[in-house]
Amino acid sequence: MAFEKDFNLDVTELRLGLPGTSEESEKQASTTLRISNKRAMPDMNEDSSVAADKKCDQETAPPTKAQVVGWPPIRSYRKNSLQTKKTEAETCGMYVKVSMDGAPYLRKIDLKMYKGYPELLKALEEMFKFKVGKYSEREGYNGSEFVPTYEDKDGDLMLVGDVPWEMFINSCKRLRIMKGSEARGLGCVV
Amino acid sequence: MSEDDERQQSPPSDLDFVSTKARNCNATGSGSAYPDQVLNNVLENVLHFLTSKRDRNAASLVCKSWYRVEALTRSELLIGNCYAVSPARVTARFARVRALHLKGKPRFADFNLMPPDWGAHFNPWALAMAKAYPWLEKVHLKRMSVTDDDLVTLAELFLGFKELSLVCCDGFGTGGLAIFVNKCRQLKVLDLIDSEVTDDDTDWISCFPEGESHLESLIFDCVECHVNFEALERLVARSPSLKKLRLNRYVSIEQLYRLMIRAPQLTHLGTGSFSPSEIAGQGDQEPDYVNAFAACKSLVCLSGFREIIPDYLPAIYPVCANLTSLNFSYANITAEQLKPIISKCHKLEVFWVLDSICDEGLQAVAVTCKELRELRVFPVDAREDSDGLVSDVGLRAISEGCRKLQSILYFCQQMTNAAVIAMSKNCPDLVVFRLCIMGRRRADHVTGEPMDDGFGAIVMNCKKLTRLAVSGLLTDKAFDYIGRHGKLIRTLSVAFAGDSDIGLKYVLEGCPQLQKLEIRDSPFGDAALRSGLHHYYNMRFLWMSSCSLTRHGCQEIAHAMPHLVVEVIRSADEEEMDTAAEILYMYRSLEGPRTDVPKFVTIL
Repeated sequence: MAFEKDFNLDVTELRLGLPGTSEESEKQASTTLRISNKRAMPDMNEDSSVAADKKCDQETAPPTKAQVVGWPPIRSYRKNSLQTKKTEAETCGMYVKVSMDGAPYLRKIDLKMYKGYPELLKALEEMFKFKVGKYSEREGYNGSEFVPTYEDKDGDLMLVGDVPWEMFINSCKRLRIMKGSEARGLGCVV
Repeated sequence: MSEDDERQQSPPSDLDFVSTKARNCNATGSGSAYPDQVLNNVLENVLHFLTSKRDRNAASLVCKSWYRVEALTRSELLIGNCYAVSPARVTARFARVRALHLKGKPRFADFNLMPPDWGAHFNPWALAMAKAYPWLEKVHLKRMSVTDDDLVTLAELFLGFKELSLVCCDGFGTGGLAIFVNKCRQLKVLDLIDSEVTDDDTDWISCFPEGESHLESLIFDCVECHVNFEALERLVARSPSLKKLRLNRYVSIEQLYRLMIRAPQLTHLGTGSFSPSEIAGQGDQEPDYVNAFAACKSLVCLSGFREIIPDYLPAIYPVCANLTSLNFSYANITAEQLKPIISKCHKLEVFWVLDSICDEGLQAVAVTCKELRELRVFPVDAREDSDGLVSDVGLRAISEGCRKLQSILYFCQQMTNAAVIAMSKNCPDLVVFRLCIMGRRRADHVTGEPMDDGFGAIVMNCKKLTRLAVSGLLTDKAFDYIGRHGKLIRTLSVAFAGDSDIGLKYVLEGCPQLQKLEIRDSPFGDAALRSGLHHYYNMRFLWMSSCSLTRHGCQEIAHAMPHLVVEVIRSADEEEMDTAAEILYMYRSLEGPRTDVPKFVTIL
């Protein structure tokens, strides 16, 4: 009877409270030892004591941490709502084309890979071997031949860095690294 | 002749009639001491399911016969378990019911622990009510299966139907909704909360009748399908009494704006997605969201933010000072994004949030929200081995800042006894304490001790505690504490805890007010089950899944207690003759075994 129960254990992981997996901290391991002493006491229910023996054997080979049904106790609606956002974010990616004036071919980057403008600009600099210069709200990019721009949802050419990051990645359709001479009028001083 | 006149009479003849009927019912009983007790308990609880504190206090002051007569003339019926009593019995006994509250499945069904199609069908109730109470105005269902036909029944057979509230229900779709809203000409309230609604591709919002509507509350944030926005806008425009509006995530922030300017009288608002729609080219001018919120001078309850773009959060600044309830539990925001909002929410009493705000965010809550009564912290990543974003630090901060706290639900990855003990001392008004340490059987992460002492302190120091959910590494000692000190506990949730039968014995023998006990994956067996025989008729239900029970043990209980329905539920593919009882769900009932049992349920 107890054997039959064991086959269900992967799903329900019925155990008598001994954490035995490798992911638990060392402190818990010591707790495990303490608890074991308690469990040596005679048990009222024959079933659980038989099961207890089985558990002790199993402690030497801790099961992998499979996700247990219904744990943690969060309703599926809530889990799915947050999950879809995560998976959409993780799997879809936000690939946009990047062109550079004078370069023979375009590149593509995933905007979701970057947490903000500094990381994005650094990646562009490395990809195309150039420097962007210093950004200021009034003057745009100062001190460089090249200016990062992008085309937004409305088809307008915009300067990278003006809007908050979240808004930028939601509205950016493609990136264009312009030569400074063309960028006059976007507030850039060469 | 109005209903009100009848209600004011307190005829003693009614009481005699009922007593006689009750005695007749008992005559066919088994002759043991229990049937009377069951009849009294069940019926009294059926009659006496009160939700407001004031009503409870009033009821406790009256004598028993006055209490019964008052209950007989009651127009609102609250039934905590739809299988405890049958529609026929209810309609035979009560003549003047205007409102029905009905609850079906046990709470653990929410977490996929029960196979689907277990039961809790509204249909027999709908049909019985239609015959007996054609003047029924209000139906409130929780965890019931409701079909489209049931919705049609409500709409067609109850002429003055006013309020429908479906919480955690399923089985119906937009098709049924369409007919319902179209035919209920007096509809004031349609609240769909956490329910599963099938997308039948029906534009139900357009089906509200033309002309001025009586709508006071329209809640559909759980409905996962597009709505016809133009129809919705027209509906809101012709609903001058509308106070509560909670939109689903398919409503963009631009659309929200248009609705808000039409309904500045709103008190409760669910904002929908709170992000712009995909469609570009709305023009360069963004609507003045701040102004729209500022115009809603009566707004006290804010929720939604289903797909939030945090840049838009400052729009809600104008209403923060008046908010008593704020639900950010779908908004993945950081502490930095929360702080400017929460620092304005001085009146906040209810706050639901995601752990993305981290301990730092909770510290900010503790600084400002001195009136906080209820806090729920949900996990962004609901897995055992996810990164813990909140911890004992956040819990302790809340306990120190929010001394009036009454109810807490806290998901975390690690906790300490010290923090829980601190909360037990700082927040003596706690009525509900639900701590979910997501890693199963996790000990105190600082001392390595079990979490026994923390929960022990809660039951010892929080003298008003009626609801408790435990987690983490727990030995039988924790249950000893609960049995000794948890004298007012009515609901207890246990998962992956305890060492032996003694744990459950402590609870069943020690907690006289226990009504609802739900246990999963804990080493409690048949002997422990036997120790509760004296108490099961006083309980609404007992749920035990993946414990150490056998069919034989459950059978013993069923034999000993004829008015208890003992269901053994197995997963769909298991053999019937399995000796282990995978899921035990038992509840008192006047009706005996139900007739709508699915294949995977055996009633012993």
